Amino acid sequence: MPVRVQTEDFDISREIATLREGNAAVGAVASFVGIVRDLNDAARVSTLTLEHYPGMTEKALSAIADDAKRRWDLYDVLIVHRVGELKPTDQIVLVAVSSAHRGEAFAACHFVMDYLKTRAPFWKKERTPQGDRWVEARASDDDAMARWQERPERTHHTP
Amino acid sequence: MVELVYLARLRDVFGSARETIELPEDISSVSGLLEWLRTRGGAWACELAPGRAVRVAVNHDVARGDTPLKAGDEVALFPPVTGG
Repeated sequence: MPVRVQTEDFDISREIATLREGNAAVGAVASFVGIVRDLNDAARVSTLTLEHYPGMTEKALSAIADDAKRRWDLYDVLIVHRVGELKPTDQIVLVAVSSAHRGEAFAACHFVMDYLKTRAPFWKKERTPQGDRWVEARASDDDAMARWQERPERTHHTP
Repeated sequence: MVELVYLARLRDVFGSARETIELPEDISSVSGLLEWLRTRGGAWACELAPGRAVRVAVNHDVARGDTPLKAGDEVALFPPVTGG
């Protein structure tokens, strides 16, 4: 169950190929890629710097991946998160989930992203024409995560 | 001794990334530590005031006010996370 924090970019095709390599029982892979936008809260963003808490980050991401595996029948979960200086259009995060069927892959991928947004120790600092500013957490991210806490284990959206 | 780690915006406002402190004998939990840090005044009193969104981790695990502290712990203080 790989979890990586890195400064370099990632290749989605290669990551997904590695994720399902050698397992002919995989029938579905769902993935999510987060990308840096050039506009946030009405300000032009020229650079985004991502900071994390080494040690805790890997532990938190592994815990989220483990949690997903307990909730759904999955083969594997991959989380790659970039840190350091990024620019608009750069990829920030990749979550990919393999399973036998699409319902579990879709649900688990969504779950991992919602949890990552509120549980993994990453922080964004934006450079805008008005100066540098730390990005504020959004209440909508907490709401997105809370939804999963009301759901029973092993929920199948579309078996 | 307890290692305190400040991250992101809190590191900027405290002007420090980490410090090692001797934990006063009467402090045994996260809430006690925060209360003690507030007595420093200034940014400490402001940022750690009750009701402010401060997250705490002890030895890399998310902690709560009643999480116990002991010598050798690494205690991190940080704002709500904004990754992804």
